[in-house]
Amino acid sequence: MTNMQFGVFSMVAGMGITLLALYIIGWMVKLMNKLWPYKEEEEKKSGG
Amino acid sequence: MWSSIDWSMLFAGFTNLTWQNIVMIVIGLVLFYLSIAKGAEPLLLVPIGFGVILANIPLSGMAAADEGGILNLIYHAGILTQIFPVLIFIGIGAMADFRPMLGNPFILIFGAAGQFGIFITLFIALAMGFKIPEAASISIIGAMDGPTAIYFSSRYARELLPAISVVAYSYMSLVPIVQPPIMRLLTTKKERAVVMSTSKTRVSKRVVLLFPLVAGIFGMLIAPMGAPLLGAIMLGNFLKESGVVERLSNVAEGALVDIVTLLLGLCVGAAMLGGNFLTTTTILILLLGLLAISLDTVTGVMLGKLMYWVTRGKVNPLIGAAGVSAFPMAARVVQREGQKANPRSFLLWHAMGANTGGQVASVMAAAVMLAILTGMGIMPLPV
Repeated sequence: MTNMQFGVFSMVAGMGITLLALYIIGWMVKLMNKLWPYKEEEEKKSGG
Repeated sequence: MWSSIDWSMLFAGFTNLTWQNIVMIVIGLVLFYLSIAKGAEPLLLVPIGFGVILANIPLSGMAAADEGGILNLIYHAGILTQIFPVLIFIGIGAMADFRPMLGNPFILIFGAAGQFGIFITLFIALAMGFKIPEAASISIIGAMDGPTAIYFSSRYARELLPAISVVAYSYMSLVPIVQPPIMRLLTTKKERAVVMSTSKTRVSKRVVLLFPLVAGIFGMLIAPMGAPLLGAIMLGNFLKESGVVERLSNVAEGALVDIVTLLLGLCVGAAMLGGNFLTTTTILILLLGLLAISLDTVTGVMLGKLMYWVTRGKVNPLIGAAGVSAFPMAARVVQREGQKANPRSFLLWHAMGANTGGQVASVMAAAVMLAILTGMGIMPLPV
């Protein structure tokens, strides 16, 4: 593999994997927000 | 007795001074000017500036390359071992507040777009003839994250470490100057004037606590080579959000990060010896660094424009420019530019979300880069 081929591959793979990983983390956060939604009383009790 | 003394030693500093040393001492003074008079990253530029001056005093033994010298010992122990960047990341994690991003997780996508400059710059640096490890280390400047740049270059391009670290930190401080023209060029006034909802989506304490664990474990499983960076930032954040180790959290975001920043700055400065630093390679790194952070802004704003179009004008495209690691400078720039276009617009909360997303994303992008390079056998497995 030449340097240029490597450059193209790492550009596409790097951007794609980073985007995908953060997209999945975003969905995980969304899921956590659904599972444990913010409740004012609980937060006050725990001092949060 | 008088005749037995070598009087020339009294003036040895002057007689051994080269023009490169003088230029570097002036650069040290310029760093002081930028940090003290202009307020640009003083916590780092002051120690770097002092390190530059110390290293360029001939025969002082204070250069990072002077075997047995004090700064040589610290350089080897802290930078070449990558301990300092990792310790700084623990502090950054303890300082970070992910709530704005957790309340609006789709904003993480802006963090990803804000890292595309890294990969495009990698391609360009390779096209310019840099070797793969050098090109990768230079492109990481686009993470707008000093410790990541140091971590990368100390492992893969040690000879470029001084230039890369100084360029990375300098451009972080220049975000308010570099970003606005690009933001204005790529957006219309109508787009910049979009008012986004200012209601803050609150998140439960449990989500705030679980985020560093969930995102950390997932991210490290995807790219285990980035575990020192991602693990450190998540450790720092977990210390803070757990609420039960306040002393450790305070030390991480206070004394620890301060001490390491001082030593790291001094050592980076001490590595900037005139003869090695004043080269065309340094100029190329300066240009590629500027390109990397400019491209981060371009890709972020372009994604913002796409979101503006998809949401039919509900997302202000400027938010995309905040998806970088330079915290909180990038978020403040977005807020200021938004208000210039529409004084009723308050983008800070959303921009902070994108900015903290950018912090996570920059580490994730670096980890992905490490995984690709290691996976292709181009770089050795970390030891």
